[in-house]
Amino acid sequence: MDFTFTEEQVMLRDLVRKFVDHEVRPLAESIDREKKVPPELIKKIGALGLMGLPIPEQYGGAGVGEMGYCIAVEEVSRGCSSTAITIGAHTSIGSMSICLDGSEELKQKYLPSLARGEKIAAYCLTEAGAGSDAAAIETTAKPEGDDWILSGTKLFITNGGIADVYVVFAANDRYLGPRGGITAFVVERSFAGVEIGPEEEKMGIRGSSTAEVHLEQVRVPGENVIGNVGNGFYTAMKVLDIGRLGLGAGAIGLSREVLDLSIAHAKQRVQFGQPIIERGMVQAMLAEMAADIYAMEGMVYRTAWMADQGMKFGCEAAIVKMFCSEALGRVADKGVQIHGGMGYMQELPLERAYRDARINRIFEGTNEIQRIVIARALAKKGSY
Amino acid sequence: MELVVCLKQVPDTAADITPLPDRSAVDPAGLSWIINPYDEYALEEAIRIKERLGGGTVTAVTVGPERAATALRTALAMGADRAVHITGPELEGSDPAVTARLLAKAVSRGPSTRSGSPPPSLTGPSRAESRGGAFDLVLCGKMAVDDYHAQVGILLAQHLGLPHLSCVVKLDLSPDARTITAHCETDRGTEVVECDLPALVTAEKGLNEPRYPAVVAVMRAKQKPLETLTAADLGFSADQVGAAASRLRTLGLQSPPKRGGCTMIEAEPADAARELLRLLREAGGVV
Repeated sequence: MDFTFTEEQVMLRDLVRKFVDHEVRPLAESIDREKKVPPELIKKIGALGLMGLPIPEQYGGAGVGEMGYCIAVEEVSRGCSSTAITIGAHTSIGSMSICLDGSEELKQKYLPSLARGEKIAAYCLTEAGAGSDAAAIETTAKPEGDDWILSGTKLFITNGGIADVYVVFAANDRYLGPRGGITAFVVERSFAGVEIGPEEEKMGIRGSSTAEVHLEQVRVPGENVIGNVGNGFYTAMKVLDIGRLGLGAGAIGLSREVLDLSIAHAKQRVQFGQPIIERGMVQAMLAEMAADIYAMEGMVYRTAWMADQGMKFGCEAAIVKMFCSEALGRVADKGVQIHGGMGYMQELPLERAYRDARINRIFEGTNEIQRIVIARALAKKGSY
Repeated sequence: MELVVCLKQVPDTAADITPLPDRSAVDPAGLSWIINPYDEYALEEAIRIKERLGGGTVTAVTVGPERAATALRTALAMGADRAVHITGPELEGSDPAVTARLLAKAVSRGPSTRSGSPPPSLTGPSRAESRGGAFDLVLCGKMAVDDYHAQVGILLAQHLGLPHLSCVVKLDLSPDARTITAHCETDRGTEVVECDLPALVTAEKGLNEPRYPAVVAVMRAKQKPLETLTAADLGFSADQVGAAASRLRTLGLQSPPKRGGCTMIEAEPADAARELLRLLREAGGVV
């Protein structure tokens, strides 16, 4: 058993850390305030290769696997959650849908420009009536000759407002439902009938784009079907496993940033004649934050390793998602508490971290859904 | 054109540096390491020269422990073509003079074919080749940010019999690639110097903005040749290198004294100014 990163992985981490320190963290406050990740920043991120980390090199990606992807996302998340979410939605659910199940032609057509960050991807599953019950989607796909006609509205789509390429899950057979009745399509923003709604106003990750995607009789060529007709729900679920893993990596990054800020503050803030880090109650909070981060780190990188080995990790990805999002919530809460009144002020990044943390318990499957996934896996196996 | 860059791996400038309990060296536990920033300017400049010429070879050389190989791989990821790592336990404790002697030997022996053949030169025979020499331009940082010696580059120029230009903030190569014009930062202003190649320059902050290597280049860095040499490979015996041969000895390291707390004067501006003046007078003849 060897828990060390390879030399390349260390170099990757150092590279992303340096980039984030210089190019991302200094913008985080304005990204939150302006509710937008500057396109120039996304361009730089793309040039570095951070928009196609797990995509194989033959499709223009960096081919660093889930391990490398998690390392990078953790680092970006330390500097700016909105930016990390933009990369995550683009890479690990948007592009990944095409990468996992797309035909060779489809991969050749879309992945290189996505992996270079020249185009942005979004993953469109959620609808007004299909949140946790994702199989209840009402967006329809009707065959017409070799083409498909898509109609419906997708809700809360991350990168919705900035994407060029949308992976859309639509019902081709309402009767079959998730077992053969849902198909995944690549829809370009430029296709006639695609309309993007206004940006949603959110509690946190305000720089990350969230919008509705309306499809009004959109004609999609047959070659843009991802995998086989009717297999879309399986693609959707497989991709979400990967997304949940990356979410865990992001949670580590933000938690670590909060803990580092909290340690520095606790050492420097003097009350009752001594730094508050001398106080048992503050020490306990810091210790609990560190323990949460240690646990997150262990499970995220172990699960990333499993993914790269080609092992099944659906149950573990659900554990990662559930645990890391809740641990992040605890860490962010304590970070604000240690900073006291200043922690509540927008002047410090703690307030933003607290807001940014909350979504993680909701998107990519609520934590209630994760518990169901985990419990079902337990029931099926009879042991863990 | 043969370009050689000498670089050193140093603790991350953002790192919290503490000495070991015996004060003999910096505590390496938990430290992250980077290419010395001034050396990174030198490296970036060499890569840019190569890119402008559309050919040539950039060789990165370091003297350092095993971990320093990562600095070389980073240099390869940024765009160096090959790397030479001079290493071995016997080198521990080498002072700048010993380091410069080691570098001089490695640099003057020229491109090696031991670990794969060098990439073909795209610009035809360079001056280095037609001269039978190993390099046209050697670039170093003006100093390393860990020990601030600022000696190795200049000593290396002396060993190689080269003219050297220090603290370069702008570097231009003549169209025939035979002459450089360097803007050197001095206390009095900027000196603009023209110099025939071969030469050695040391880089100052402001020379350029080093690039971030692409992730793909990082992952592929291991495919580029990295040659490892010991002192013996360069013809030095064990007593000619390391602490044994160094005339400079580190007696002990200590952290700088903690700065005293600051005094906040809370009063109306006029009263605050009076109070500040009183404090400055008391502080021992500041005013």
